[in-house]
Amino acid sequence: MNLILLILLPLLTAVLILLMRNSQQVKLTALIGSVAQLALAFALLLAFRNERVAGNEAQMLFELQYNWFPAWNISFHLGVDGISVAMILLTSFVVIAGVLVSWNVTKMTKEFFFLLILLSLGAYGFFISLDLFILFFFLEIAVIPKYLLIGIWGSGKKEYAANKLALMLMGGSALVLVGLLGVYFGSHQKSFDLITLANTHIPVEVQKICFPLLFVGFGVFSALFPFHTWVPDGHSSAPTAGSMFLAGISMKLGGYGCLRVATYIMPDGAKEYANIIIVLSTIAILYGAFATMMQKDLKYINAYSSVSHCGFVLLGIGMLTKTAMTGAVMQMVSHGLMTALFFAVIGMIYERTHTRQVNEMGGLLKVMPFITTILFIVGFCSLGLPGLSGFVAEMTVFMGSWQHPDPFHRIATIAACMSIVVTAVYILRAIGQTAMGPLKEGYVNLSDAKWNEKIAAIILIGGIIAIGVAPFWLNDLIGPATQIIMNKLAAVQPK
Amino acid sequence: MKNEKLLSIIQFLLLGNFIVGFFFNQTGTLFGGLFTTNALMAFEKSILSLGVYLISLLFSDWLKKSEHMPEFFILMLAALLGMFFMISSGSLLMFFLSLELSTIPVAAMANFDLEKKISSEASMKMILSSAFSSGILLFGISLIYGVTGTINFAEIPTLLDGSPLQILAFVFLFTAFAFKLSIVPFHLWTADVYEGAPMAVTSFLSVISKGSIAFILLTTLYKVFAPMQEIWYNMVMLLSIITMIVGNLFALRQQNIKRFLAFSSIAQVGFILVGLSSNSIQGTSSVVYFVLIYVFSNLAAFGVAGAIAQQTGKERIDDFRGLYQHNPFISWILALALFSLAGIPPTAGFFGKLFLITAGASKGNYLFIIVAALNLIISLYYYLRVIRAVFMDKNEHPIEKIILNPSAKLGMIICGAGIVLVGLLSCIYDYITALTV
Repeated sequence: MNLILLILLPLLTAVLILLMRNSQQVKLTALIGSVAQLALAFALLLAFRNERVAGNEAQMLFELQYNWFPAWNISFHLGVDGISVAMILLTSFVVIAGVLVSWNVTKMTKEFFFLLILLSLGAYGFFISLDLFILFFFLEIAVIPKYLLIGIWGSGKKEYAANKLALMLMGGSALVLVGLLGVYFGSHQKSFDLITLANTHIPVEVQKICFPLLFVGFGVFSALFPFHTWVPDGHSSAPTAGSMFLAGISMKLGGYGCLRVATYIMPDGAKEYANIIIVLSTIAILYGAFATMMQKDLKYINAYSSVSHCGFVLLGIGMLTKTAMTGAVMQMVSHGLMTALFFAVIGMIYERTHTRQVNEMGGLLKVMPFITTILFIVGFCSLGLPGLSGFVAEMTVFMGSWQHPDPFHRIATIAACMSIVVTAVYILRAIGQTAMGPLKEGYVNLSDAKWNEKIAAIILIGGIIAIGVAPFWLNDLIGPATQIIMNKLAAVQPK
Repeated sequence: MKNEKLLSIIQFLLLGNFIVGFFFNQTGTLFGGLFTTNALMAFEKSILSLGVYLISLLFSDWLKKSEHMPEFFILMLAALLGMFFMISSGSLLMFFLSLELSTIPVAAMANFDLEKKISSEASMKMILSSAFSSGILLFGISLIYGVTGTINFAEIPTLLDGSPLQILAFVFLFTAFAFKLSIVPFHLWTADVYEGAPMAVTSFLSVISKGSIAFILLTTLYKVFAPMQEIWYNMVMLLSIITMIVGNLFALRQQNIKRFLAFSSIAQVGFILVGLSSNSIQGTSSVVYFVLIYVFSNLAAFGVAGAIAQQTGKERIDDFRGLYQHNPFISWILALALFSLAGIPPTAGFFGKLFLITAGASKGNYLFIIVAALNLIISLYYYLRVIRAVFMDKNEHPIEKIILNPSAKLGMIICGAGIVLVGLLSCIYDYITALTV
């Protein structure tokens, strides 16, 4: 399996989209491209499992290395482990669903799909790069598509939201940049290579400075409190597919970076700051949940609940136990699928009712049974119903957190657990008001989901149920990779 | 019609100038050490030649209409010749003469729109400020001669020991550079001159002139004043920080696209100083690399702004609203250019800025690097303002379809290709590094 295909395929799709003449061709090309991405992701999963079954215990599989800017010791170094494979799979799911629900985009169709595919290119590149320079390159490559997608096709205060998002994410990457340079020079390796850096002991003083820079920098992408403010504005102003990509993929770049880059190469720093991470992420979980209670707009509801759910990712990382970290990665995958589906279904409802205000809707179950059923499923997943992915992921995080016997960790865990109750309240209320009750006048003639929307929803629901019913396959995939990070952490000398 | 034919011949010759210059890169010394050259200098000159060729393409509409087109090229090429001598100068005398040769013709060029008052004003401001800076430079040179007894670049470093008088001499010399590069606080002439001069001259000033001064500054700091590097490091760092901050903050509120690009180019110079401060091979190669990228990015932005101003007379950013509706091609070129100036991948500006910052970070001064990184955010804000106007804002009467003539289009395509490829193809950077060693 050649990993460079994962970059070339979206690139080729994007170029082909530019060459197409009418919007029908553009949409078909985008669809074929995203189906190919999904196929490629599954092929990668299979190849990866086969290698592991065959006894290949190497940390990274399918490694590739090309020279790129040798003067700076930068190389185009690619490779995947279980975590990356899981994230790539998630990306391909969200991409195909995003393309399908955007079938009705009429304004500048070509540019729209071009930017969508470009965004997916950035995500794939990010998840497979083992060189921090190219990781940073792919992290930033998504700025242009995000900004334009929100600003051109968005709704509401779109220019403001696009600006805020671009600037805050740029601020995050500026911190990441300084942190990376600190590691580059501070490790005395003059290397951006992830594996090289992980195998050298970076001086503790350097870690104490660079870890917060990197963690906060990546944390901005993942809605780390108090840098989460771009999330509600950005998500609610973006077009449907844009929100799906932002919440489903982009926010995961941050969590992945916190885990793979910050925590993995700087275990001393991670131990030093773990408590602060736990406090901040607990605040994010609770604050996100309570803020959601006050929202009336479906997109804002999902955006704030994303802050809360992404808090679990950072909480899992901050707990520094194997189970919690595995749970964090599972939560990334689970939340990616769930939130993408949530935004997709909100988009479907909005297209029909032309409102996103919960109190203006009611009784939609009668006219669009399929769409409201999706809404139920995604709502239950969000509040952690067993059998769906949300339960598995959050449960794993809690189990990992409970392994710490001291009161501080216990209190944080209990506080985070409480948020589930709040989640249940707002989710049930929102769904109830939307789907149940008397049908409002003017909504009588609304139609149910069309083929493209049905396929998109079924794909994402398939993912959610596959994780919920059979979590072990994901656990087995991620487990060995988190074990390596744990080994690195265990080697740290206690003070 | 006569102009048209002549222009295509001139363009052809300028292309030839670039190609020949690129392949004949020899090392040698002439005139008893007054003139030295090596492969890196030849490459630096090629960058400038390329820029001049691109200007002749991008502004061909304006050039064709001008009555005095041949004179324009004579002046521009005289300035270019001055820059070539300046880059290659081996002594302070040669340096001073060539600097004058590269400045005075530009002042005449700034007044090329003879009927416009604002151009005359720009020209006057430029000639006064450059005369002033020449005076300062001359004073610095005389002090250096006084303390070392030589004006030869090769001999000066052996005689420097960092005594107060030498520092004073260096400060005066550097002030002259600061004037030409419009480093804050010597930047005040920049915005007015840029706004008043014709677009072709503005782009020459902001790209070619600045590039050439950045190159000679490399030689001066790294070779001639190498023994005093602790002293100049702090100076360069402080100037870099205030230049970035002032340039960025003033750019935030500009309405006129030329003034906007003037302040953005001040901020870019601040960035060049970040890399320059490192005093290493990486410093040299990243500065040269950045100037190459800057040629493509800034000329593309000026080319688009020039094409719009030429046909509609509109120069305000607000007038660009809804530009994308009828002009997708130039909108994308403008967007590429601005993203490259802001340092967003996959454009080359990302690599250029990152390498400058990395070179600067090699000194271990992280506060400096954090300030530079924060400035990236501020600069993104105002570049996004233009992008927003072009792509997002609604306008009842957007700019009509701009008809580009073929050579302007060619120029924009070359710039666009340069912006994308110079970064992604790492061999270009390797080539520059190989020349530096």
